[in-house]
Amino acid sequence: MYVAVKGGERAIDNAHALLADARRGERSVAEISLDQISQQLALAVDRVMSEGSLYDRELAALAVKQARGDLIEAIFLVRAFRTTCPRFGAAAPFATADMNIRRRISAIFKDLPGGQVLGPTFDYTHRLLDQGLAAASDVPEPPTAAHDDAPLRPVTDLLIDDDLIERSPDREGRGEVGDLTREPLSFPAGRDLRLQNLARADEGFLLALGYSTQRGYGRTHPFAGEIRFGEVEVEFFAEEIGLAVPLGRIAVTECQMVNQFKGSAGAPPRFTRGYGLAFGQSERKAMSMALVDRALRARELGEELKAPAQDEEFVLSHSDNVQATGFVEHLKLPHYVDFQAELGLVRRLREAFAAACRASGDLERDAAE
Amino acid sequence: MSAPVYNFAYLDEQTKRMIRRAILKAIAVPGYQVPFASREMPMPYGWGTGGVQVTAAILGPDDVLKVIDQGSDDTTNAVSIRKFFAKTAGVRTTTRTAEATVIQTRHRIPEMPLAEGQVLVYQVPIPEPLRFLEPRETETRVMHALADYGVMHVKLYEDIARHGHIATTYAYPVKVDGRYVMDPSPTPKFDNPKMNKCAALQLFGAGREKRIYAIPPHTEVVSLDFEDHPFERYRHDGSCALCGCNDSFLDEVVVDDRGRRMLVCSDTDYCESRRGAPAHPHNGGAPERRPAEP
Repeated sequence: MYVAVKGGERAIDNAHALLADARRGERSVAEISLDQISQQLALAVDRVMSEGSLYDRELAALAVKQARGDLIEAIFLVRAFRTTCPRFGAAAPFATADMNIRRRISAIFKDLPGGQVLGPTFDYTHRLLDQGLAAASDVPEPPTAAHDDAPLRPVTDLLIDDDLIERSPDREGRGEVGDLTREPLSFPAGRDLRLQNLARADEGFLLALGYSTQRGYGRTHPFAGEIRFGEVEVEFFAEEIGLAVPLGRIAVTECQMVNQFKGSAGAPPRFTRGYGLAFGQSERKAMSMALVDRALRARELGEELKAPAQDEEFVLSHSDNVQATGFVEHLKLPHYVDFQAELGLVRRLREAFAAACRASGDLERDAAE
Repeated sequence: MSAPVYNFAYLDEQTKRMIRRAILKAIAVPGYQVPFASREMPMPYGWGTGGVQVTAAILGPDDVLKVIDQGSDDTTNAVSIRKFFAKTAGVRTTTRTAEATVIQTRHRIPEMPLAEGQVLVYQVPIPEPLRFLEPRETETRVMHALADYGVMHVKLYEDIARHGHIATTYAYPVKVDGRYVMDPSPTPKFDNPKMNKCAALQLFGAGREKRIYAIPPHTEVVSLDFEDHPFERYRHDGSCALCGCNDSFLDEVVVDDRGRRMLVCSDTDYCESRRGAPAHPHNGGAPERRPAEP
């Protein structure tokens, strides 16, 4: 008679077999390769590396394939692998000023040393579906020109010369950088942990929060001081040999947001910064992160706290999409034990309600008679 | 691309040591929520990552593991977690409460009284009993430090004022060892008295919220109430249609489209043992071994 409680194990195995089949799809269609994903869906891979906080294109491409293109699921796969990796230490801070630039734009100067380098961008395209891409496309080599390898000085450095913008926090003497994957986050969190949290945060969540600051919920008067994308070298200081050894090059997008600040009793008026950094080419993420970083500095800068984006505990506790998706989707798990208990309560409350209705009905009838 | 290699029970030994330190602290301060550096696990947050980390940290090769969800060994997530440990630790698994040395649970405490030497590991979604009264962690930590639990009593009082009784049916708050107010995880309040002076060690893991807390064996656990409105257990009025039990927690099951219902024990192992049915072998591919003599 009552069979529903048994057979869970076989049902799960069968569901997984069906998933594998659905992932592969029609067998007559060629299977997608990791190279194809890594190159032709490069921005998806960049996002998975950023929010998965693991710089490994091949693993990220594998995760995208395994997750059937569900990027949050792919991020989850990468995170669950990353968490098992041993920690050797923290890399030396890399100098984005020395970046091998592929794209560098500034919205606050018409021209600047090194110029505006547009790089590969959707920005000035018309969003018209290109039927030419529906079939195999023959893409010509892009035009090239000679360039020198001299690093482009960050725009914010040009403002520092006149003390018009706050300096970057000095890294000397500030001890080790925090790691929220090794120590649980507590509040108030230092800016290092806030930035780590934002770097791992869901792009959509940061986008919406950053957008909310532009619409007046914690306004920060931002200008895109500079956005740069390119490769930087990562070095690790090896205690054993007493020098920094290069680990390799990674592609990152950096955003320096320049924000108005009227000054206070102790500080002269000057521009402040919001900072964003993401793996790969992830401009929307880096810009949103910079807006939210600046909004979260409200307390430090003596600004009135009244908007969601300024609320550190709210932002940092809800930014992680792996946590969020897990908890939202856990509602799919059986909850019938608690539901049974609630069912009993609702029945009791309804009985009490019906009794009260009967009693008041009796009273009204008595009054009418 | 480096091929992943996983340790016994998945977590690396460094992480296990970190979790064990948190567990020891939790045992030393019963009911206090100890922050720990919760790891990303290969199952989603909200699906038992806290319980799984606690189990992984305490599991040894000789342990016998039972996993239940809603009281049942056969619900999807219980099956998945049991298979996870059978695969990564190769430990023997069981459905029999009495045989298990470690029982991981979601939402229920087994009907059979637990014995000394057993560990009950709870999966906890929201460890903070004050969370829905005060959403800020910074505030609730201070409230716990000061044992400032007035808001909780006000909440329970408001229930009484509105409904004539306390309208909390699960995750019913308890006070542990006369000090910390604790969330028993969303178990029905029917199970609350089983936590009191329990012979087994009770460990609570909340992965997403990064908290571990504990009730050491034989610790006093009191459900919050008022003198004139004492704590009451609740169960469906009736007996199990399969084993006839009339004091176990019952699930109401809809059996046909006309809405006919039947009541059955939520604890499937308890129900089966009362019916004398053989427990299902859940060996998860581990080598067959005879259970240790009690």
